[in-house]
Amino acid sequence: MKEITKGAIIYEPQNTYTYLTGGWRTFRPVINYEKCIRCYICWTYCPEPAIFKRKPAGEPVPNERVAEKDVVYIDYDHCKGCGICVAECPVKAIEFVKEEK
Amino acid sequence: MKKVLKGNEALAYAAKLARPGVVAAYPITPSTTFPEKISEFVANGELDAEFIPVESEHSAMSACIGAAATGVRTVTATASQGLALMHEVLFIASGMRLPIVLAIGNRALSAPINIWCDHQDTISQRDTGWLQFYAESNQEALDLMLIAFKVAEDKRVLLPAMVGIDAFVLTHTMEPVDVPEQGEVDDFLGEYRPEHAYLDPERPITQGSFGYPEHYMEFKYGQWLAMEKAKRVIDEVFEEFARRFGRKYSKISTFGVEDADVVLITMGSMSGTAKEAIRKMREDGLKVGLIKLTVYRPFPKEEMVEAVKNAKVVCVLDRNVSFGFGGAVYGELAAVLNNLPERPKVYDFIIGLGGRDVTRDDIRTVAEMGLKAANGESIPEINWVNVDKEAVEKSEGVMR
Amino acid sequence: MYEVRFHGRGGQGAVTAANILAVAAFNQGYHVQAFPNFGVERRGAPVEAYVRMDSAPIEIREQVYTPDAVVVLDPSLMEVVDVARGLKEGGVIIINSAKKPEEFNFPGYKVATVDATEIAVRNRLGSREAPIVNTAILGAYARAVGNVDIEYVVTAVRNEAPVKKEENAKAAREAYEATVLGW
Repeated sequence: MKEITKGAIIYEPQNTYTYLTGGWRTFRPVINYEKCIRCYICWTYCPEPAIFKRKPAGEPVPNERVAEKDVVYIDYDHCKGCGICVAECPVKAIEFVKEEK
Repeated sequence: MKKVLKGNEALAYAAKLARPGVVAAYPITPSTTFPEKISEFVANGELDAEFIPVESEHSAMSACIGAAATGVRTVTATASQGLALMHEVLFIASGMRLPIVLAIGNRALSAPINIWCDHQDTISQRDTGWLQFYAESNQEALDLMLIAFKVAEDKRVLLPAMVGIDAFVLTHTMEPVDVPEQGEVDDFLGEYRPEHAYLDPERPITQGSFGYPEHYMEFKYGQWLAMEKAKRVIDEVFEEFARRFGRKYSKISTFGVEDADVVLITMGSMSGTAKEAIRKMREDGLKVGLIKLTVYRPFPKEEMVEAVKNAKVVCVLDRNVSFGFGGAVYGELAAVLNNLPERPKVYDFIIGLGGRDVTRDDIRTVAEMGLKAANGESIPEINWVNVDKEAVEKSEGVMR
Repeated sequence: MYEVRFHGRGGQGAVTAANILAVAAFNQGYHVQAFPNFGVERRGAPVEAYVRMDSAPIEIREQVYTPDAVVVLDPSLMEVVDVARGLKEGGVIIINSAKKPEEFNFPGYKVATVDATEIAVRNRLGSREAPIVNTAILGAYARAVGNVDIEYVVTAVRNEAPVKKEENAKAAREAYEATVLGW
């Protein structure tokens, strides 16, 4: 039986998160931390959003000034491979790699 | 307390007595004095509501939907072109099952521009999933507004409701209206406590979601069931209203139909004129009766069948027209009677469009046509009452 | 059923006069209905308003075609409007005018006159150029027709007038006294 609610209300918050869209990708964005200047422009622009921030855990850095800053990472379960982050990155630190099928 | 009020004021008093949380409205003739009165109530502290002046009727209904979705009682008013502009969002209100109440000053649609009465505006919204009530007097205007809140908010229904009152004939006419006390209305309506549509950070929900083909029809069937259930809820609320306030309403009211050869069907303000005309016809020995249709959606099929089954002829007075078919009530009544083994003949009379006065003489003209048909004479199925056909044929050419 | 038609110009208060008369009649115990000639009223254009009163509830909603009395707020209207249109035989015509009733030619009707303009100006209702005569003329109605008592008219005027309540009430009473009946 289908689950139907009055007024089509969805009572489970964030339930779109359970819907994985990572399989839609043809190309996968890959961050090169040696080039990434931690400007967060990709994080701002990602429409999904599938780019998040976390504390650094020993990733390479382009210079010591950004060593303490949060790093961005990509949630590949939800990244649809739209390439906006690749286009927007001011230092060309995101590579677009063909998905191996 | 009895006050001499205009129809719009009666609607505004009802809205105030319901203690809405939000009123978002855009003024339009002949409904303008409703938002005027409401903003006056808010300004002088008589009504503790958020009055949102908006830039269009589309925005007015959108704001009402947003407000109702947060979980407050919400009311607005409009007419004619304004209601037409709301059209798109009316479906959203009913689909989201938000019990918004909308007061209408029933007015014709352009072109040509016309600010006067007919029912084209609300009839054109009949498939939006809203309950529809039509008032005959200013007292009915006030009472049906209160009833509309109660029915719309009933847990078995949860559908928005519109209450139509005839442009000018009611909106701008002053007559005595018994305005109930606040306490009486509080007891009748109770505080609005939504169970499904409200916002609470402790209970995050999504409203206005997507409905895939796998689910969409079930949601629509849900609305269908709610409308079917509303039939019984309306009767219950009418009963309760009569108990509390002493005024009894019903989906249809009959007047002398028991022995009538010809039964007329009317909606709105012309019903009183029709009653008066029928009293005179009865004195003249003509067996004519009347059905006043107060609830148009849900359409009271069973009651209608019961009321017309003994008549030879039913004449529907439609203050609306569906071009290429006929009047809306005519079409629906004919469909309802279709499966009966024995049924009266049904004829349509398009009347009173764009504020053309509906007089006792007009009612008599219709009834006399019906009596002709009852005596076996052939009359047209669709009739336009009180129209200068010659003038139209001169401009349009004669149909051959 | 008693039906009254008011003739005025947009802005003169004919619609308000009809509404106040309805309130007065209601307070006296009548069932009432008051409505304007439904339309797009403009300042200066001829407007009409109607009152119905009856001892029984009023159900009819058609317009008023055959009034029992007409009230003319502005005598200049009579050049452009047939104020006696549909008036029942023997009906009453109340005219705001300094002239005597016999100076008007309405065969078959009862004419009453009152200089409501002078009364309004004296009571500072409206301006000298555009006096508001609608409350004064109601006093004349009470005198000429007699079915609504002047006390109910004065009370309704006082309660319903948005400003200058006492001046308006006084104007109605003065007009009641000053009305000249042509019969």
